Amino acid sequence: MTSTELARRSAVDVLGGDPDDATLRRFLHGLPGVDAVGLEQRAAALGTRSIKTTSKAWALDKIISLIDLTTLEGADTAGKVRSLVAKAKNPDAADPSTPLVAAVCVYGDMVGHAVEALGALHGDPDEGRISVAAVATAFPSGRSSLEIKLADTADAVAAGADEIDMVIDRGAFLEGRYGFVFDQIAQVKEACRREDGSYASLKVIMETGELNTYDNIKRASWLSILAGGDFIKTSTGKVQPAATLPTTLLMLETVRDWHRATGEKIGVKPAGGIRSSKDAIKYLVTVAETAGEEWLQPHLFRFGASSLLNDVLLQRQKLTSGHYSGPDYVTID
Amino acid sequence: MSFLEYAPAPESKAILRLKDSYGLFIDGEFVDGSGDSFHTISPADESRIAEISSASDEDVDRAVAAARRAHDRVWSKMSGRDRGKYLFRIARLVQERARELAVAESLDNGKPIKESRDVDVPLVASWFFYYAGWADKLDYAGLGANPRALGVAAQVIPWNFPLLMLAWKVAPALAAGNTVVLKPAETTPLTALIFAEILQQADLPAGVVNIVTGAGATGATLVRHPDVDKVAFTGSTGVGRDIAKAIAGTDKKVTLELGGKAANIVFDDAPIDQAVEGIVNGIFFNQGHVCCAGSRLLVQDSIHDEVIDRLKHRLSTLRLGDPLDKNTDIGAINSAAQLARIRELSELGEAEGAERWTADCAIPEKGFWFAPTIFTGVEASHRIARDEVFGPVLSVLTFRTPAEAIAKANNTPYGLSAGIWSDKGSRILAVADRLRAGVVWANTFNRFDPSSPFGGYKESGYGREGGRHGLTAYLKGASA
Repeated sequence: MTSTELARRSAVDVLGGDPDDATLRRFLHGLPGVDAVGLEQRAAALGTRSIKTTSKAWALDKIISLIDLTTLEGADTAGKVRSLVAKAKNPDAADPSTPLVAAVCVYGDMVGHAVEALGALHGDPDEGRISVAAVATAFPSGRSSLEIKLADTADAVAAGADEIDMVIDRGAFLEGRYGFVFDQIAQVKEACRREDGSYASLKVIMETGELNTYDNIKRASWLSILAGGDFIKTSTGKVQPAATLPTTLLMLETVRDWHRATGEKIGVKPAGGIRSSKDAIKYLVTVAETAGEEWLQPHLFRFGASSLLNDVLLQRQKLTSGHYSGPDYVTID
Repeated sequence: MSFLEYAPAPESKAILRLKDSYGLFIDGEFVDGSGDSFHTISPADESRIAEISSASDEDVDRAVAAARRAHDRVWSKMSGRDRGKYLFRIARLVQERARELAVAESLDNGKPIKESRDVDVPLVASWFFYYAGWADKLDYAGLGANPRALGVAAQVIPWNFPLLMLAWKVAPALAAGNTVVLKPAETTPLTALIFAEILQQADLPAGVVNIVTGAGATGATLVRHPDVDKVAFTGSTGVGRDIAKAIAGTDKKVTLELGGKAANIVFDDAPIDQAVEGIVNGIFFNQGHVCCAGSRLLVQDSIHDEVIDRLKHRLSTLRLGDPLDKNTDIGAINSAAQLARIRELSELGEAEGAERWTADCAIPEKGFWFAPTIFTGVEASHRIARDEVFGPVLSVLTFRTPAEAIAKANNTPYGLSAGIWSDKGSRILAVADRLRAGVVWANTFNRFDPSSPFGGYKESGYGREGGRHGLTAYLKGASA
């Protein structure tokens, strides 16, 4: 059975019918609503946790190990990707005990360069290696035909990508064509299949900044999980607002509920706009107090970020040395 | 290690400049009381904080006389604009000394520092700022042609929000031109005495605010004093009833803010995760020592099991412990007496057949503690559904229709507050319209603002505090 068929089958179990527009609409619009004020208040409360001393040291290392170190520029070159990989392999030149990041995240045509630059270190973060994630499906807008999205995905997987960060068709979602969005996700998932029958992990980017309401974000989260996504991800980083704590909290509540309903664990990836250690620690707290501490591992939680890493390194140096150094004491990439 | 066992993050007590013993604050000075002094302790570990004077009848007499003098000679003659200046100054000093006040409050009361820091003290400052703005506008506020102060106000406040209740009472009284004799609760006098230092710092004219500490007898003497024009009390319905009797037939004006047994109504279309947060905030905020606490959860039958399941899961993440730790969610019960009452009513709940569930959390050896507890299968006739527990104990009842929810919510001698959780705006408005409660929160709970009047129906008292309504209680001839 293909993964598309599997996703369809588990979706049918939860939905009680085929994942067409009408059934999905009935299900997604039957989910309890989200009160924006209450959600934001809860996120703010989680943000007031005071993480000090040993907890802070643990948190900083954990954040590094959950980062998808990212470069997604039109100007990306093989050289830029090599330098990103060098940073991923050796985040703090002055401290070899620094953990490795979880993955590097690049455009599809850069996957080969990333794989080559990682060499023997390319692999599963659980085994102390670094994965390669590729954005695909006409990232960031997603405005192209399904054939092109599938080819884009298959290309990146063939080049050695371990993870695919796809975007949903926000236009179709906002039109209420949930069945269409479901099918695209499911087919992209199938395009993640490698020759040996294994699958690249699929992160589904909802572009929460374009969905606008928390109710929409909740529905898109459920839809992405139903269609077979391994991760739900907030944003491309190209649209404001990108990741926010309330949005991530809402997505964590969704994966928690999915786990309670099916026993299956889905990952969450906030991406874009998380730049300081202080903010990143708030996300760790929110993960641990919502989905549970077992979510704090690379297969269940990631930060999509680039500048965050250096702020964490500075904080880490401060914990060891007792004083702040400065931006010139960490490498830019 | 487990990340969730956050490393200790205690707020430092070094900021406190406590004296070993405190006198009464009368006529602008700290003076010794002639009653038997007592100790105020920290309910978290029963350690002594300071020695507190007890005011005798003569001391109360002196305080009322000082307030009368200050009213007649200074405060009633001062322009509203100048009274406002003093209130603004007090508000700013509260902000400047916010951390010190928060630490003192958590130490003396047992509430978590995150609440005293983020709720109590900021609200205290906002209450003074708000009423400072009214002081020079009384003539133009629709409060009558020439609104005048009543005179001397006797104010008796409870231990659950010691400094916030002081602000609720003192700010409107001063804005309206009254002078004050205030009696803080016996177990929580500390922040009122630091507030007296703030009044000295603000150069408030002597006698405008007097603070007499002591037990219930001191308060009883104060409210019965013949030269008092106005009595404002927040506390239990029993004491409120005694006060109402004692002043019946006198010229004293009175406002009473008493107990409650609020219904928090959760409909099946509620935003469920936020409703669970609201339930937690409704009953476990401030250890449930809240007169408007949502102590009766009315949940629609069809979602009962799911709500209870989510609620238990959420309660398991609450942190009980050192009130001064910044990550503490549930602090100490304020006193041994209150703990005994909570235990007694909880045992009664079990005896009456309700099912008890208590969050699994380690209880410190010293001090007064009670783990968050919920009772399911509670019937409207059970004592835990009718009596105010004033602790972290939630009684869960069910309903089938909105009509039944309204009937059950109103079926209490109290009527202070209520909550409604639903995604349907028209339902919220229709239900709120029929609830006999002074405050109705929709999709939130325990939110306070100085511009919003607060007060009860039935045995929850009478009169309103807060907003423009709150001024009328301190003015002659004014009505809201």
